[in-house]
Amino acid sequence: MSGPTRVPSGEETIEFTFDGTSYHARQGDTLAAALLANGIGLVGRSFKYHRPRGIMTAGIEEPNALVTVGTGGRAEPNTRATDVFVYPGMVAKSQNRWPSLSFDVASIFGLAAPALGAGFYYKTFFGPAKHWLRYEGFIRRAAGLGNAPTEPDPDNFSQSAGFCDVLVVGAGPAGLKAALDAAEAGKRVWLVEQDAVPGGSLLRDPDPAIDPGAMVERIEALGGKVFLRTTASGYWDHNFLTLSQRLVEPGAVPPHGFAQRLWHVRAGRVVLATGLIERPVPFANNDHPGVMLSQAVRSYVRRWGVVPGKRVVIATNNDDAYLTATALVEAGAEVVALLDARASGPAAPAGVTVYHDARPASVSGRKHALRKVTAVIGGSEQSFDADLIAVSGGFVPVSHLHMQAGGKLEWNVEAQAFIPGSNPQVCETVGSALAPPPAPAVAPAGKAKKSFVDFQNDVSLADIDLAWQEGYRSVEHLKRYTTLGMATDQGKTSNMVALSRLAEKQGVTVPEAGLTTFRPPFTPVTMGLLAGAGARNAGAHVRRIPLHALHEAHDPIWQPLGYWFRPRAYPVNGETLQQAALREARTVRTAAGLSDVSTLGKFEVSGPDAAKLLELVCATTVGKLAVGRGRYTFMCREDGFVNDDGTVWRLAENRYLLTSSTGGADRMAHFMSYVRNSLRPELKCSVVNVQEYYGGIALAGPKARGILAALTGAEPPRHMGYAPGMLAGVPVHVLAASYSGERAFEIHVEASHAAAVWQAIEAATRAEGGAPYGLEAMELLRIEKGHVVVGGEVDGRSTPQDLGLGGMLNKAGGFIGAAGLTRPALSDPNRNNLVGLVSLDGPIPEGGMLIQRAGQSPQGHVTAAARRIIEGGAIALALLQGGHHRHGEELIVTSPTRGEKARVRVTSPHFYDPAGERYRD
Amino acid sequence: MYQITCPHCGPRAQTEFTYERTTDSVVDPAGDAQTAMQALYTRANPMGLDDEIWRHTYGCRAWMVLTRHRVSHEIHAVKAIGPEALP
Repeated sequence: MSGPTRVPSGEETIEFTFDGTSYHARQGDTLAAALLANGIGLVGRSFKYHRPRGIMTAGIEEPNALVTVGTGGRAEPNTRATDVFVYPGMVAKSQNRWPSLSFDVASIFGLAAPALGAGFYYKTFFGPAKHWLRYEGFIRRAAGLGNAPTEPDPDNFSQSAGFCDVLVVGAGPAGLKAALDAAEAGKRVWLVEQDAVPGGSLLRDPDPAIDPGAMVERIEALGGKVFLRTTASGYWDHNFLTLSQRLVEPGAVPPHGFAQRLWHVRAGRVVLATGLIERPVPFANNDHPGVMLSQAVRSYVRRWGVVPGKRVVIATNNDDAYLTATALVEAGAEVVALLDARASGPAAPAGVTVYHDARPASVSGRKHALRKVTAVIGGSEQSFDADLIAVSGGFVPVSHLHMQAGGKLEWNVEAQAFIPGSNPQVCETVGSALAPPPAPAVAPAGKAKKSFVDFQNDVSLADIDLAWQEGYRSVEHLKRYTTLGMATDQGKTSNMVALSRLAEKQGVTVPEAGLTTFRPPFTPVTMGLLAGAGARNAGAHVRRIPLHALHEAHDPIWQPLGYWFRPRAYPVNGETLQQAALREARTVRTAAGLSDVSTLGKFEVSGPDAAKLLELVCATTVGKLAVGRGRYTFMCREDGFVNDDGTVWRLAENRYLLTSSTGGADRMAHFMSYVRNSLRPELKCSVVNVQEYYGGIALAGPKARGILAALTGAEPPRHMGYAPGMLAGVPVHVLAASYSGERAFEIHVEASHAAAVWQAIEAATRAEGGAPYGLEAMELLRIEKGHVVVGGEVDGRSTPQDLGLGGMLNKAGGFIGAAGLTRPALSDPNRNNLVGLVSLDGPIPEGGMLIQRAGQSPQGHVTAAARRIIEGGAIALALLQGGHHRHGEELIVTSPTRGEKARVRVTSPHFYDPAGERYRD
Repeated sequence: MYQITCPHCGPRAQTEFTYERTTDSVVDPAGDAQTAMQALYTRANPMGLDDEIWRHTYGCRAWMVLTRHRVSHEIHAVKAIGPEALP
């Protein structure tokens, strides 16, 4: 027998399955430890060549042993077998293999490896784009990691904020000491550890003088908090860190419904005790099951009682691997050779033969373990019969968080490693990350083609050489061309090996070759954790207009508008949307209709300087308005383009109401605050956002005035007049404004009374043959009247002149945008101007392009298309080059995407009652 | 995420604030077109300290000027502006 086994002691009581077969594990086993204990060395297939892969490490840096854990919506793909603890009933599956792990059809790619080298995507798939359609499906099936679950995750993910004086990352000996020192000094301490137990390197190399459990108890007794299974995954500005905490293991059913918690922590000081990650050694077939990092072997032996091999070769360039030899000998394994690349080293345990100037060249093996290790010793080859090789190519300090925080690195020649240096934030690194053991650079002895560097992405030394040969000099280019350092491990074991090779090729030192950027997260974070409660339809809050329940009773077609929903139409007797909208619009033209306009932006501006503020914000005059009068107005951006429009009303001597569009209301609120508080703080006025304080109802149509007079018992104000009044026993503001082109009113009422007012108006309107109308009818009415809409004709590129509003501009200037409007390009006669279009044949396609002849460049586009409400016939509003001077011209509207066309005549945009006679009583 | 010390509320998370613009891109509505265009389109954008207008939108809603380092994100000073800060 050869291969991994468990030292018999303790009970194996936890049952789990791997690829459908049942196994037993011990309490505290990672999946990797449990698989090795059961003699399983082959755990997955590689990304590109489908080569058999085993377990290489004992921590989060694992590049090979990726599995899917859990079932259904709880399945978590690409989980590192070394970073998941076995629980009863756990279901784990290997990935990237078909039909089975031990017989994988696609492993034939391994034979085709020469054709699949660095950049093969770029080289192979040149040619007509349609060929890609054939390759794509094949590539996606063959290359890849685990599959994302198709069902929704049944678990919840929570997010919390936290604060502490000192945040310590890593509960190894240095982290435990730092946390305990700070707690004893009276600080609020948080200690986070990604493992399930504290101790870090002590779990592998116990020190009788340090008791991690006792230290944790002491920290907690002093008020400190210790978070296990919690990873500091991101380090952001101003000592802000994100921690991802596992409340249960992947795939397990959480007892309280929460699987993970994301912590947002602001720390006074951060101590990084993140330790070291061991470097693998490149040699031929170094990706085979049975090739393991030296410290990982020691961890399996000491922490889990698992001996990953019976006859072991150790290959090293440093002293640390000698400790592994001791651990293996103690556990009863045979160390057949200790290959030390250096000329001398420390004393080895009794019975272990040390070879100096010795480097591994290649290995070969069977399914779950190795068979043979071949080494180059002092220039000649020698083979050993071995089932495991424990390798150590030196150590890499874990500086990810230090670098995310903006820190600097210093190059340590003896250890061939970057050490954390200065940090601009209140952050320091402590412990072994500052002092990696000396480990000299060693030239690889094996064939470059099969010497893997990045195991997760199947990148070999030969791929790095090829990229270099093809001109990829920068480390960032190397990464993108070869995919080195990408995917779930982000190059934790591979980056330094690759960088050494690149530096060697360039003939420079490693620090001169440079590093890629360290970006969060440190280890993968599930999307659900980032979404938190937002994952369940709570991404945006729902706002209800005050009349929501009343509309609901009519079962309208709803339309989202800003944060709200407004009725689009109220169909009756099985009407379609179009039929209902046309009926509603005709009712407004012939009798009366009422509509909910509660969502309009509304600002009350008062004080002696109210008019001054409004004349800054509005591009039209305001100061000359008489009390009880209002007018249409629009606002410009500083660059002169129209930003929003609405109406402004003088309610009293020093009190105005400004309305603006629904969609732009938040933007307008911020803008009003900017102008009033930041730009003109000296003005004596106040701006109150009353958008949701009032509910709004529009009443429009030839019978509107009579209906309102009967309801209020008073003569309604004339067009563009304002009057306070009483309706249904409630005080209301009556604004005689019209969007529809009919004599019309906006009635604004305190939101809590809006329902009573709506009901009264609806009853009276229905009695006169009227009906409620929705947004679709409103659109038909305003297009026919030629009124612009923000987001349609007002598209952020149109000036007041473009929209035919130039005559309303405040001649005295001084408003925001006045300076921008003087730019010569804005008075170019060839700019897009607002025009009307009348169809000479069929319907006009919305969004269509305006052309003179087929094959010509477009000269404008249709912004809104409709039909005449009473007369029939297609009309539209459009923005057309030089349109103000082209009325009468015949053009073609074409929409290639819809395959529709129409011949049109350019007209004024005011199709309906251009003289405004219907506003007069 | 920055920690911004609001002159009225104390240290708060950046998510409570909105950025408006740098002080050198404020357009004076009473100014001439040339100056306005300069403020709009040719800004200093220094690789170092800059004065920026921010608003504590999801807090007290007051306005302030941050002196912030554009590379290190260090905030050197926060000054209240607006009607509350008038002499």
